[in-house]
Amino acid sequence: MGKFQKKRGKSTPKVSTASLPDIIFMLLFFFMVVTVLRDSELKVENNVPYATELTKLEKKSLVNYMFIGKPVKNYQAQYGTKPALQLGDKFADISEIPLFLEKHRSTVPEGQRPGINTSMKVDGDVTMGFVTDVKTKLRKSGQLKLNYSAKKRPN
Amino acid sequence: MAKNVRTAPEVNAGSMADIAFLLLIFFLVTTTIDVDKGVLVKLPPWSDEPPEDLKLNKRNVYSVLVNADNQLLVRGEPQQVSTLKNNAKEFIMNPSKRSDMSEAPNKAIISLKNDRGTSYKTYLEVYNELKAAYNELREEEAQRKYGKAFEYLDKARQKEIRSRIPLVISEAEPTNFGEE
Repeated sequence: MGKFQKKRGKSTPKVSTASLPDIIFMLLFFFMVVTVLRDSELKVENNVPYATELTKLEKKSLVNYMFIGKPVKNYQAQYGTKPALQLGDKFADISEIPLFLEKHRSTVPEGQRPGINTSMKVDGDVTMGFVTDVKTKLRKSGQLKLNYSAKKRPN
Repeated sequence: MAKNVRTAPEVNAGSMADIAFLLLIFFLVTTTIDVDKGVLVKLPPWSDEPPEDLKLNKRNVYSVLVNADNQLLVRGEPQQVSTLKNNAKEFIMNPSKRSDMSEAPNKAIISLKNDRGTSYKTYLEVYNELKAAYNELREEEAQRKYGKAFEYLDKARQKEIRSRIPLVISEAEPTNFGEE
């Protein structure tokens, strides 16, 4: 009987922290898997407008991105303040779009190529003239699936 | 001496948690879980020939003009973006069978035209409202016929409703006004 009485009272039992690293590792792996490291630095202002009829773009590998907006401050001396197009991580001319699309297309398995989407991230203050030029070029290059990137409108 | 040779020295694993924490925080900070969302559109294929002049009954065309000052002209009348959706819905369905609105939902055509100086924000807002009108009509149709939300219907029924209320937005070449 005395055996059991010994521990009672004075000290609270210690919680074992030996499994803490395992828990942390689990969290770590979770975040490692869901992380998408930004692959292109934004060189244009890009504040996409709000909308309500949104569709999610599920497969990231089937999407290519085009950014349109005013060049950010650091690049204004070089590229001016008119709307500019950014493909990948550099400024580009509209005439470079077909090559850009072709490059992306070659990374996609042949069977999935009809599902390729172009996501246009256009700053809300850009005028439609430039956007229309880009759209026309997309049509001429046969890329007809287009997504106007937008944010969900807060209620 | 003999004791030293036999047992390998233990590595202190106490700092493992700290290292894991450090990595965890790094990934926490760099993570962007947000998925890309947007308004999906399908562009018409390009052809070098000018499009044929279709003879359309005027009552079936819902023309929306957005000018360089971001003002709307809908069927010749100035309008606000906020009323566009409900007016478009009424036009497409034409519940009171008016002679100046579409004959049937599948004959209605929305013609959207803007200036080169129209801001993208307004354009997208207008496009979004028009798309919302169609989505709501399809939703109502689904509720009325099957008593279920459109997105929970099976493929064939969705297709049927879509063909009954087809989304036709025709975009004309913009006019050269107000480009910076």
